[in-house]
Amino acid sequence: MSPDLLLLIAKATFDTLRMVAIAGLIGSLIGLPIGIFLATSGRGELFPAPNINRVVGLIVNATRSTPFIILVVAIIPFTRLVTGTSIGTKAAIVPLTIATIPFFARLVEAAIRDIDKGLIEAARAMGATPTQIVFKVLLAEARPALTLALTMTIVSLIGYSAMVGAVGGGGLGDLGIRYGYQRFRPDVMLIVVVVLIVLVQLVQSAGDRLARRFDKRSRKN
Amino acid sequence: MTASVPTPSSDDVSVAFKGVSKHFGASGESGAFTALNNVDLNVARGSITGIIGRSGAGKSTLIRLVNGLEKPSNGKVLVDGVDVGALDEASLRNLRRSVGMIFQHFNLLSSRTVFGNVALPLEIAGMDRRAIEARVRPLLDLVGLADKHARYPAELSGGQKQRIGIARALATEPKLLLSDEATSALDPETTQSILELLKRINAELGLTVLLITHEMEVVKAVTSDVAVIDRGEIVEWGKTFDVFTHPKHETTRALLSGLPGSKLPDAVARGLKPAASAGDRAVVRLTFFGATAERPLISQLIKSVGAEVNIIAGTIDEIGGKPYGSLVVAYAADAETSARAERFFTENGLVTEVLGYVA
Repeated sequence: MSPDLLLLIAKATFDTLRMVAIAGLIGSLIGLPIGIFLATSGRGELFPAPNINRVVGLIVNATRSTPFIILVVAIIPFTRLVTGTSIGTKAAIVPLTIATIPFFARLVEAAIRDIDKGLIEAARAMGATPTQIVFKVLLAEARPALTLALTMTIVSLIGYSAMVGAVGGGGLGDLGIRYGYQRFRPDVMLIVVVVLIVLVQLVQSAGDRLARRFDKRSRKN
Repeated sequence: MTASVPTPSSDDVSVAFKGVSKHFGASGESGAFTALNNVDLNVARGSITGIIGRSGAGKSTLIRLVNGLEKPSNGKVLVDGVDVGALDEASLRNLRRSVGMIFQHFNLLSSRTVFGNVALPLEIAGMDRRAIEARVRPLLDLVGLADKHARYPAELSGGQKQRIGIARALATEPKLLLSDEATSALDPETTQSILELLKRINAELGLTVLLITHEMEVVKAVTSDVAVIDRGEIVEWGKTFDVFTHPKHETTRALLSGLPGSKLPDAVARGLKPAASAGDRAVVRLTFFGATAERPLISQLIKSVGAEVNIIAGTIDEIGGKPYGSLVVAYAADAETSARAERFFTENGLVTEVLGYVA
């Protein structure tokens, strides 16, 4: 394998990591409060706003039910507005972020809804404000589940980031399509696939380990 | 029913329910029901008051009205004279900091250590680290878990978890402790130790305890006053001793019949007949309390009845610190023996109840 090719693979891997990292960071930072809102704004909940809850839920569902590849194309005007271009790694970050937000928000919502209602009642009985309940009870108790949610989000993002390669997004997916597929280089395709598998494995096992460390619900330590 | 209880002056009352009703769902709507109906009840300051009822009787709703976790549909709940239902959110939070609560399933945070769990209400109240430390340590000593301060709830037994729950409820130095079926998930032995702890903090800290339970054992072991609730209404209310020894309502009797010693052995219960025929034996329950409980009644009974007396079931116990006994005996049901027995019972001030006759 030529050094040029190795350089290409290294560059593509770096691009993928950069897209995943930035989209993952911004997407989950926006997705987290939306997820918290979805989980706490139903009727009779901490911040009751059932109508807004329904609207936000609708938007989240709409975004999630749009196939990613369609989303990428559909929001090109917005992408251009934000980054000034619609091709390349930088442009790919925009749809990746947009896709991450509702994905992570739903996972956050599920993680928080999973917490025993008795804990919320106990905190209310202590005189906690709704905000205190969110930070001291819900987020603290959901930490293992939130860690797994973030892990799952990053793994999905790695997959999505390969998909943006199809529309000139850069990264490993782009490399696989342009060299592996269009130039008939099965060796390149193989390497791209292997690198993606390794990335996913690393992220997943790091996430699992971290979640286990946060989880105090069993008697292991 | 409540008429027999003297109305204490408001200074002596920790919690007062005044004509409280609670309805869930709009009337006419499917699923709408009345959890509480026109409840009047006073919880005396410094008492351990029990509210007993079957599941679905409304006791959970009742206790949640005290710290405003539920709002009454009608009537008022006064805590130290303050109408809980009329408070705004901020005042309600302040009130809750002066009312501790413990739960059937403990409701401890799995992500916090024992120390962290007890510290939580203090963090919520905005206390600083050092003050929290100074407050939490003695509480862990009080509940006997100082050595477990760095453990997580998952590593503790049920009884230990409830001790943490109690320490947490006491952290803000409340005047009132609400106990929501706190021993219902525990085995009998652990239940006893938790009840002992409640008794101790009631005596040592002068804390008023309002507890709800479906177990008469719990009421008997710790409470000084008891209210019996059935289908959203208080059907009986008084000193625990009086309610146990002179139950007036059938729900109370039904709940009491589950206590050990008050049940007839199955073999006897099956053979029980409502009327006597020749040669039968009368089965009689004797209830005695106070001074009579300490006298050698059995030997006197045998002497004065002058016939064989069988003891079928019996229990001697303490209710609200007073000795109390219940004894089921059988003797020949002929007119002469019965007359002698009745005379003896009257002379000794025994409460009797003829349960039936056996061959």
